[in-house]
Amino acid sequence: MPSFALLFAASLAIPPAFGRVAVGEVQFNRDIRPLFSETCFNCHGPDKGPRRGDLRLDVPDGLYQDLGGYTVIVPGNRGASELYQRLVASDPHDRMPHRKSRKTLSPEQIEAIGLWIDEGARWEEHWAYTAPTRPAPPEVEQEAWIANPIDRFVLDRIESAGVVPSPDATPRLLARRLSFDLLGLPPDTGDVEVMKGALKAAPDTDTELGRIVDELLASPHYGERMAIGWLDVVRYADTVGYHGDQDRSMSPYRDYVIDAFNDNMPFDQFTTEQLAGDLLPGATLQQQVASGYNRLNQITAEGGSQAEEYLAIYAADRVRTTSSVWLGTTLGCAQCHDHKYDPFSTRDFYSFGAFFADIEERGVYEGANTSGNWGPSVRVPSPREEADLARIDEEIAKLRSQAATASPELALAQDAWEERVNSGSDGPFEFDWIDDAQTNGGRTEGTWRFVEAGKPSVLSGERMRFQQGAGTIQHFFYQASRVVRPGAADRFYAHVWLDPDDPPAQLMIQLHSGNWSHRAFWGEDRIPFGEIGSNEQDHRAAGPIPASGEWIRLEVDPASVGIPPGAVVDGMAFTQFGGTAWWDRSGLRTEQRLLSIEGLTESLHTTLKDHPDERTDEEALALAAFYRNIAPELDEVRGQVKALEGERERVEGAIVTTLITRRTTPRTMRVLPRGDWLDDSGEVVQAAVPASLPQPADTGGRAPNRLDLARWLTAPENPLVARTIVNRLWQHFFGTGLSRVLDDLGSQGEWPTHPALLDWLAVEFIESGWDVKHMVKLIVTSHTYRQTSTATPLARKSDPYNRLFARQESLRLPAELIRDNALAVSGLLNPTIGGPSVKPYQPTGYWAQLNFPERRYERHTDARGLRRGLYTYWCRTFPHPSLQAFGAPSREECAAERERANTPTQALVLLNDPTFVEAAIALATHMMGEGDRSPEGNIERGFQRVLCRPPTANEREVLVDLFRQHGARFAEDPQAAQALIMSVDRSGAQTGDAPSLAAWTSVARVILNLHETITRD
Amino acid sequence: MDDHLPSTTIARRALLRGGAAGLGSLALGSILARADDSSAARWRGLVQPPHHRPRARSVIHLCMAGGPSHLETLDHKPELARRDGEPMPESMTKGQPIAQLQGKELRCLAPQHPFARYGESGQEICTLFPRIGSIADRIAIVRSMRTKQINHDPAHTFMNTGAQISGRPSMGSWAVYGLGTGSDDLPGFVVMTSKGKGGQGQPIAARQWHSGFLPGRFQGVHFRSAGDPVLYLGSPPGTGAEMQGDIVAAVQALDRDRNNLLDDPEISARISQYEVAFRMQASVPELTALSSEPQSVLDLYGTRGADGSFAANCLLARRLVERGVRFVQLYHRAWDHHGGIQRNMKITANEVDQASAALVIDLEQRGLLEDTLVIWGGEFGRTPMAQGDGRDHHIKGFSMWLAGGGIRGGCSHGATDELGYNAVEDVVEIHDLHATIMHLLGIEHDRFTYRFQGRDFRLTDVSGHVVEQILA
Repeated sequence: MPSFALLFAASLAIPPAFGRVAVGEVQFNRDIRPLFSETCFNCHGPDKGPRRGDLRLDVPDGLYQDLGGYTVIVPGNRGASELYQRLVASDPHDRMPHRKSRKTLSPEQIEAIGLWIDEGARWEEHWAYTAPTRPAPPEVEQEAWIANPIDRFVLDRIESAGVVPSPDATPRLLARRLSFDLLGLPPDTGDVEVMKGALKAAPDTDTELGRIVDELLASPHYGERMAIGWLDVVRYADTVGYHGDQDRSMSPYRDYVIDAFNDNMPFDQFTTEQLAGDLLPGATLQQQVASGYNRLNQITAEGGSQAEEYLAIYAADRVRTTSSVWLGTTLGCAQCHDHKYDPFSTRDFYSFGAFFADIEERGVYEGANTSGNWGPSVRVPSPREEADLARIDEEIAKLRSQAATASPELALAQDAWEERVNSGSDGPFEFDWIDDAQTNGGRTEGTWRFVEAGKPSVLSGERMRFQQGAGTIQHFFYQASRVVRPGAADRFYAHVWLDPDDPPAQLMIQLHSGNWSHRAFWGEDRIPFGEIGSNEQDHRAAGPIPASGEWIRLEVDPASVGIPPGAVVDGMAFTQFGGTAWWDRSGLRTEQRLLSIEGLTESLHTTLKDHPDERTDEEALALAAFYRNIAPELDEVRGQVKALEGERERVEGAIVTTLITRRTTPRTMRVLPRGDWLDDSGEVVQAAVPASLPQPADTGGRAPNRLDLARWLTAPENPLVARTIVNRLWQHFFGTGLSRVLDDLGSQGEWPTHPALLDWLAVEFIESGWDVKHMVKLIVTSHTYRQTSTATPLARKSDPYNRLFARQESLRLPAELIRDNALAVSGLLNPTIGGPSVKPYQPTGYWAQLNFPERRYERHTDARGLRRGLYTYWCRTFPHPSLQAFGAPSREECAAERERANTPTQALVLLNDPTFVEAAIALATHMMGEGDRSPEGNIERGFQRVLCRPPTANEREVLVDLFRQHGARFAEDPQAAQALIMSVDRSGAQTGDAPSLAAWTSVARVILNLHETITRD
Repeated sequence: MDDHLPSTTIARRALLRGGAAGLGSLALGSILARADDSSAARWRGLVQPPHHRPRARSVIHLCMAGGPSHLETLDHKPELARRDGEPMPESMTKGQPIAQLQGKELRCLAPQHPFARYGESGQEICTLFPRIGSIADRIAIVRSMRTKQINHDPAHTFMNTGAQISGRPSMGSWAVYGLGTGSDDLPGFVVMTSKGKGGQGQPIAARQWHSGFLPGRFQGVHFRSAGDPVLYLGSPPGTGAEMQGDIVAAVQALDRDRNNLLDDPEISARISQYEVAFRMQASVPELTALSSEPQSVLDLYGTRGADGSFAANCLLARRLVERGVRFVQLYHRAWDHHGGIQRNMKITANEVDQASAALVIDLEQRGLLEDTLVIWGGEFGRTPMAQGDGRDHHIKGFSMWLAGGGIRGGCSHGATDELGYNAVEDVVEIHDLHATIMHLLGIEHDRFTYRFQGRDFRLTDVSGHVVEQILA
């Protein structure tokens, strides 16, 4: 019945190319399930909520049930099948689908259901919910076309449809295709030559091609290209997403993904490390970084948010994302009610969420916009930083050992020191920390003015310090190399002379011991250090303002400002509020000079008093060691150590951090009725995978955790994971999945065009040990991949969506690659891999709507501005506009597929974004380069660089014309030429001939804007 | 309803005027000659014909971002004044979602500004808004709004997309998807923002005008007051319109060459998008330059020109709908009055009162009001309870007003309880507002869906009722 078959195919939304296969056999999964799912499941499906008449059509028990007097379906007999009778009933009350559902079935669709019943109404489990088995690749007529088993499945279909595969792509197009698909970068003419050789090498073409592919797979840029799709699904970004959308560092996770693809990490390991890297015994740093997957969800720091609500939002987000990424299912639809089309209940939803209930996190990261504390994180040093730290540590060790080595000179110096120390009294003693100069090292800040004369005469030595101003004014030092350790009876002192004509309102002495919170003040309470009005150790009222016109001694009891006996004090600050004052001699009066000033311990003190002959070896060594720490002879070495320690601190401070998963006591998870977080009446659930899917191995009574989840996902009997991943891989190389809806392999997804091929690939993936490069190589070395993308008018008509894969597909480059390509062909690309995200050109003020804090985009004007697109700073609420124009997602939610729209904004970006203007200037410089300097020669060079081909005669003519016109215009108006070539960071300033460069820039802009340039054919 | 707009003519005029000296003969000739090709490529909308007679052609949403207090705008509560300082009845507040007042004592705060009756209809409006009062007979006030999200970011997302989850299309995108654009050289959905002085400038995410799972062409385009009015609109320095036209023409010539070879619809589309892009380069600056407006109009709105103020944006909004733009959204980021509400309401009211009213008056004078739906309101209201001398976020009852296409002027709808806490009479949920907007645009909200991840999504999710009572 060929005429019926045609009708049937046309009406089932299956492209006509599939017409022939429908003849004679209706398949439930391919032909009937989609009809039921679309029109019946809403009231007769998995969701018990709206279910009518207690009838289910999504399970065999429902389909064949006897409803007392009549049977839903009687196999072989449509007349006796109530379901069919209701589809054709004339009474609108009886007729299905019910008119209120606004669903209809066409006569052809009803006929298909009738035919299926007549043929025995054979039920099939949903194709994606049973584990794949490896089908035998079919026999085909054109054996010579077969490069590997993939081609058998594809060609079988093509032959059945009565058409032929497309011819092979030209070497140039194939080189471009492979280079963009595997590296995301354009080939050069050399690559095209190599490809020419390979394709001419028959019968060794496949081997030669394999060799080329192996080389590409070994490139470090392969990982970058493959990472893009993964980062989309896991929603990697550089900001938190909600409300203030603040920055939070995650780039080590991105680099982990790149490395994993480059190292060809088996996909099961890749899965496990991301979901549960923290739970692996002895988790490595990289495994912890990988566990950052669980922290990629949007979070909030918005004041007034309710933590419980957001914890529920985060949990739901993880269920949506994880089920999309690995299972290709829409489990997220079961948050408020049972799934309408697939066998997932709300209980499944919340049980799945319970796997993530052990993640340490906060519902609201209040204050994180200033503190930057977004939860558990680790520092991830780069190899360079690790090397730097190792070098610094080594140098420090070397210097220290140098400082620890005894020498006769040191011994002599020590003798002199011992004599000097022993000859003085041990107390009381006044140690002038500051007198005529700041000689203590460390940091010296504020306004230091040593003067020899003033209203008072100098109190001590030859100089005093003058301090004058309005409001709070101070001079201070800290981190001094000469520190003091005051005892209980000791007092800090400072001398001050207040100008009777202009006395300060307040004086303050601050001591630095770990921090500056040790303050005493005299007079009014106006200096805003510590809390004004309080009288605590960090703001201690010590008395009224002293008399003016005479030298006054201020004294501070260390205990009164919170400094316990023996604590190290390494700095002092002299502060006044307004007025004019002179300060002099300041320091510590001590009763125990050797301890508090010389820094001796009690035991060293005793040793020192002993005669050298009476000391034990140990005592002598300890004293010598102490001396070396203060010996002026070793000042330089100690200074070097200090500098290196500072450098170490800087290197450590620059080490990038990344959020990781840390396990904590699992939160109680319950079913939230209708998703309402305020309703705690729902059942408490444990972590579990959806009940309708094959269950994981028994955990022996232990509550399953994320590690169990990962193991379940990557078990060979999991029906969904391998199919989901190879389907997405297929889409990467053909533009469309074998099942077209990438994130839904369920009932509302699409029956695969090549179900056997999908299963074969899934099994191959599992049995290869989840070898991603193996799968990629298999796909790109297939003959199917090698076909030309040019569609004949007939093919476009008969198979508009290319569901037969009887040709390749022309695909506009993904957003990041459009940038990468322009930078690469113009020679500007900075090929550095990994590291913190970068900020290339972005229109000024684009972030003006952000707040908490308000942000300015600090563009990287150096080589960082020339990195590949995947390193561009990803702000979720304001994604980079040139990437967004070409369909890059915001990464707020999992995005399995990008849109390939064709919009005016894209034209504006390519025409006017400085990125592309800069690339055009650089490209123009290359065009004007070596060899034939005629306009034709320049255009030839431009085309070869960008498209690896010569221009056509017409292209040449149009561009020569453009060059002449613009050359003349820019010659008339050299300022315009200058304005153009100087408008970018990497300007064309070095050229001697600005008008000419500007005119060639116009030509280069045309080439960079061509549809062909941004398309991978 | 006539969808044939004068936009093409205006654009051509603009192009001629703006570029009389600037546009090269090559570019100008080719572009104008083919203007009709690309208008054929213009998106005409999915709902063809409309489900019923549309009452409005365009929508202008004046989004009072931050959440204006209904108690000092449109909802007069004398009882709240009487109970000033008294504890809020616990029966009202117990177990209810609350934002920054979590765990705090809840006391009534009297309305901080008086109300008066305006117009023949005698609508009660806070005296901070005398100009809006002057159009009282043209607006319908809804005093029983209710939303589900109590924090700014999710509440805006809910107001715009009907969902809390990111990634759903905003109402402007739905409108353009359904009805198409009325202009060849302007986007169908335009967004502008301004920032006030009397409240915290809460951030606004680009997701608020995102097309979500709908194709990206339906996304709102943010017109900016500083820099290029549209991102990447300006030609590179040193490149005037004529040279830019040459470049566009050369790109098109080469693309056309290739298309002759391949006959690929994607290439045809690319060629016409370059067309549109180039025309936008002329038409948008023409649109955003307010210098062509007479002083009387500038005075009506209370603006001195395109200065990024709310007033200037209102005037731009009129110019946009005049040119066939389907959906315009103006965000005024100013209303988050957690503190100092007495003083701050005054400042913020002053920033929007005149221009909001001027927009309605101006549209009316030009005969555009009957085709244009104007909506005024925030993402939520504010608590009757004091937060210091301000009010916290409140979602159980707040107010909005609507005017223009299909709206019955001078009426009010719904009410909150005597303290302004709960919407108790004729409650209007956000889904109901969406259903009503779609209805006025000629679309039945429950018949207007988009298949995504196997499900038919709609703006109103699974609910939504048209608020018939406010329709003319």
